[in-house]
Amino acid sequence: MNNNEYEKYYVPAQSPWPIVGAVGLFCIAFGAGNYVNDIKNEVTGFGGYLLLAGMAIVIFMLVGWFRNVIDESMSGKYSKQLDRSFRQGMSWFIFSEVMFFGAFFGALLYARVFSVPWLGGASNNAMTHEVLWPAFEAIWPLTKTPSGVVTEAMGWNGLPLINTIILLISSITCHFAHVGLEQNKRKQLKWGLGLTVLLGCIFLFLQVEEYTHAYQEMGLMLSSGMYGNTFYLLTGFHGLHVTLGTIMLFIMFLRIVIKDHFTAENSFGFQAASWYWHFVDVVWVCLFIFVYII
Amino acid sequence: MSTTNSNADNHAEEHHGAPSGIMRWLLTTNHKDIGSLYLLFSLLMFFIGGAMAMVIRAELFQPGLQIVEPDFFNQMTTVHGLIMVFGAVMPAFVGLANWMVPMMIGAPDMALPRMNNWSFWILPFAFLILLMSLFMEGGGPNFGWTFYAPLSTTYSNDSTALFVFSVHIMGISSIMGAINVIVTIFNLRAPGMTFMKMPLFVWTWLITAFLLIAVMPVLAGAVTMVLTDKYFATSFFDAAGGGDPVMFQHIFWFFGHPEVYIMILPAFGIISQIVPTFSRKKLFGYSSMVYATASIALLSFLVWAHHMFTTGMPLAGELFFMYCTMLISVPTGVKIFNWVATMWRGSLTFEVPMMFSIAFIVLFTIGGFSGLMLAITPADFQYHDTYFVVAHFHYVLVTGAIFSIMAGAYYWLPKWTGNMFDEKLAKTHFWLSLVSVNVLFFPMHFVGLAGMPRRIPDYALQFADFNAVISIGGFAFGLSQLLFVAVVYKCIKGGEKATAQVWEGAEGLEWEVPSPAPYHTFETPPTIK
Amino acid sequence: MATKQVSWLIPAAVLSGNTSAEEMRLNMTQGVTDISASVYNLHMIIFYICCVIGIVVFGIMFWSIIHHRKSKGAKPANFHESTKVEILWTAIPFVILIAMAFPATKTLIEMEDTTDADLTVQVTGSQWKWHYRYFEHDLDYYSLLATPQSEIHNKIAKSANYLLEVDRPLVIPTGQKVRFLITSDDVIHSWWVPEFAIKKDANPGFINEAWTRVNEPGIYRGQCAELCGKDHGFMPIVVIAKEPAEFNKWMAEQTEIAKNAKAEEQKLLSMNMSMEELMTLGEKVYNANCAACHQQNGQGIPGVFPGLKDSAIALGDVKEHINIVVNGKAGTAMQAFGKQLALKDLAAIVTYERNAWGNNTGDVVQAAAINEFLVDK
Repeated sequence: MNNNEYEKYYVPAQSPWPIVGAVGLFCIAFGAGNYVNDIKNEVTGFGGYLLLAGMAIVIFMLVGWFRNVIDESMSGKYSKQLDRSFRQGMSWFIFSEVMFFGAFFGALLYARVFSVPWLGGASNNAMTHEVLWPAFEAIWPLTKTPSGVVTEAMGWNGLPLINTIILLISSITCHFAHVGLEQNKRKQLKWGLGLTVLLGCIFLFLQVEEYTHAYQEMGLMLSSGMYGNTFYLLTGFHGLHVTLGTIMLFIMFLRIVIKDHFTAENSFGFQAASWYWHFVDVVWVCLFIFVYII
Repeated sequence: MSTTNSNADNHAEEHHGAPSGIMRWLLTTNHKDIGSLYLLFSLLMFFIGGAMAMVIRAELFQPGLQIVEPDFFNQMTTVHGLIMVFGAVMPAFVGLANWMVPMMIGAPDMALPRMNNWSFWILPFAFLILLMSLFMEGGGPNFGWTFYAPLSTTYSNDSTALFVFSVHIMGISSIMGAINVIVTIFNLRAPGMTFMKMPLFVWTWLITAFLLIAVMPVLAGAVTMVLTDKYFATSFFDAAGGGDPVMFQHIFWFFGHPEVYIMILPAFGIISQIVPTFSRKKLFGYSSMVYATASIALLSFLVWAHHMFTTGMPLAGELFFMYCTMLISVPTGVKIFNWVATMWRGSLTFEVPMMFSIAFIVLFTIGGFSGLMLAITPADFQYHDTYFVVAHFHYVLVTGAIFSIMAGAYYWLPKWTGNMFDEKLAKTHFWLSLVSVNVLFFPMHFVGLAGMPRRIPDYALQFADFNAVISIGGFAFGLSQLLFVAVVYKCIKGGEKATAQVWEGAEGLEWEVPSPAPYHTFETPPTIK
Repeated sequence: MATKQVSWLIPAAVLSGNTSAEEMRLNMTQGVTDISASVYNLHMIIFYICCVIGIVVFGIMFWSIIHHRKSKGAKPANFHESTKVEILWTAIPFVILIAMAFPATKTLIEMEDTTDADLTVQVTGSQWKWHYRYFEHDLDYYSLLATPQSEIHNKIAKSANYLLEVDRPLVIPTGQKVRFLITSDDVIHSWWVPEFAIKKDANPGFINEAWTRVNEPGIYRGQCAELCGKDHGFMPIVVIAKEPAEFNKWMAEQTEIAKNAKAEEQKLLSMNMSMEELMTLGEKVYNANCAACHQQNGQGIPGVFPGLKDSAIALGDVKEHINIVVNGKAGTAMQAFGKQLALKDLAAIVTYERNAWGNNTGDVVQAAAINEFLVDK
């Protein structure tokens, strides 16, 4: 390649947002750290307020930072190469999220394959069962823990199945929107995206319903032993990711409807959000199989 | 490390030279500035963590309890470990990557410069939280840097929440830093800089970055479970609820073992840059070095439970992890042999970076040998959790990772500052470090084999003599490091002007730009033959 | 800090001359079992292998350092790869490792085979003591550090087995296969006796197994090997191996004593102790068992261990107070002392806690009141 043809790689000048974000993150961490202790020790402190302040700062930072990026992008400062950087960065970020869920899926599999059977006397743990937990029976879902906490297992064929269908459809509508963008069918893009956001919201609403049902009628709680732990942590973190994904898609929706952003060539923001959305869908499918069905 | 260059303004209008004042450092998007920030931060943490090691060694100087209470002693061992791993060694390598990777591959900067700044600036806040937790009512984290449950859950003090959230921030920082490195290497290489032409430091960092992205989220998962076990009544690590305390160790070491390689692969990279330079000969077996690094990284996902041989795993598990662990010594051996072969029939000179590199090769290999011994499961039952292990991982981390960082710092200081450093002072630093570090860590092998457990504030009388020697070595090593600060300070202030190539045998893009390296380098990419 | 250190240098130098109670050891013990001997052999084999490799590699390196220097006019050679050599130095270590894996595997399989034991002992760690229970006999007891605090705090000279002595050692017979079932009541501990080459983690809620067959009678000392909190360094293990005949004699004596003690306890139920007696005994037992966390002044360690002075529990309902002392408090570091201490000691502790440090409730708790909670369980 001749040097003259080289498209300049945009290196932004100084930016205030990272340091603002660092302060925000500090407030969140320090606030949350104190807040959970305040809850545990049943006292009131500054923790909760600091946590909220931190969140506000981080939201402020995100708005400012993304506004800068969008402005730069719309004014044509970005090259193909920079676009590739963004795409690769987003891909690796999603990979890191996969590994985060991996830790919790690992815990689930460990409990099912190792710790629960061992407590029931499997492998080299015959004496564990005989001496320490003679009354314990190794079953999954663990509806009765070794210490005797009883709970009920969440079936897969009610709300969870409906939620699975909703998320799968939302993945299709999201793809539909993407095709619309690529073929420059703006109407299809808007409809597809709007529908995806709506489905995301319905999913979240049903998830809250499911939790309420589990807590109030089934006695399935976060404290109900390993089954409840893995159930809530996996579905809970997934729910947080769906929330985040929905917000991202909603912002893309606003950018498209109000500002008419994105073209077939310049669509990284939209694509990142849609990748993220497909990722949370895949996580849900794994969840549905390993947490609910099997 | 001032790199202000008045010529920088000649470049395109959105690029400025280095602004001045504190705002330059707070708002910077320049990879060299951020690299310097990382390096200085890591130096600061090195001394804070080191001060804690001094407290530990002072208490262990003699049998009996003299200066600190056992609980505070445990806080010192815990925070010393956390600071050295996450605050000193890792940021130092990230700093070196920030400085050198773009220059080595002919990139204008890191791929995502603003995020680069964020990765750095959240780190000081994370450690601020960790250090503040020491002053809480009830004290700071006291469960060892490995924070085994349930000592870190049901039985820990209130500082646990702060510990958990500060680790979360460290993780976010590492992940973003790693994403930046990986994307820079994939996407910003100059035309003609094919993968198999990349300098080894770049290669090792590419693989390290992959490891970081793969395992830091797992650590985040582990601390999250610790948090919910302690504060939200879950029982991941409690048999009463169907969990298992050993599961914590599996999750932790699934992160922890690759983490060990995160702290040593970039060191391999640095040594692979320095040895050829001062041997005036090309690196022996470049491609086998690359493959060895990759296989070490892959194997690192299959050996985590060798930290847990005594936890009562089933026999099959013990055997599997023993075999895989022994296997890791093969690619590691290949690296050592390659460095020796590089020196063989070279034209050697012994400047300070080379001295540290040679010390690295010998002492890291000793750490590797004790690692091989630890892999033998039946023998590990005797070594595990004794000072033999302490000796092992300090040989690979201090004389391994930290010596390589020192070697790298001396190697590239002239490029960063434009000045040669005070060689006499640097050599004094080297010799004092070399002698004291061995007085410090070598006798630990003996006390460990003789039966002294680690993480104890007081010990039986037969360990007294060696512990006194170890402590003296410790104080000497700690004090010697002040010389390093003196060398760096003098070098920033001035000194003999460095040429662009700096070292006679140095080759690579970073030696083609002037010293000090201009604020912006390779805004239009160079062409690689 | 620095000035303090200097002042120690002198006494340390003087002290070190005469403190070596045991011969200073540099290497791993060969131990007193067949297994520990094979572990020692493995250790030495791998050590010698490392030494040979080290001598060869460092030898070559230092040869180049001496002979291939620029100052001696060395000109750099041009080679930078050789597939032959590279394959060779990948293959040779590989072969060495396989050779090493065989004996290691054999020993490991032997170590993990806990079947056909003659005697089974359950070993339970808790913060910061060990508990031993003989499965085949009616005997169980706690084993605590016997080194006095005054030695630890340098008030008196340290005795020969400083930190390695306990009040009641574990006793096992020689020549017989003894199986250990290792577990924990709270955090993870690790039961380590170097002479037997046994180190097994004591995991709460799980049982790990280990075994030994001791060849020679003697006293063998070990320590907890897993960080288990504040007093991790202060929970040693002492095992006495006796000839089987002597072991049986010892066992008969001990079970007899234990039986009598139980009978004594039953008698106590109908007896009443005076406030004064209870307070004197209570102070002693409290300081031995409770003060490590709640402190001698009853103020606890804020943020870690709650204080008892003016506390809701010590001033509130007596029954609730007894219940916590006897059965512990789930999810906290508070252990169940019901099985650790005698009835009268428990009564004394509760009485003491309710009346010491200005907690003047005037409540007197008798052994019978404690017994109710034990029976309840």
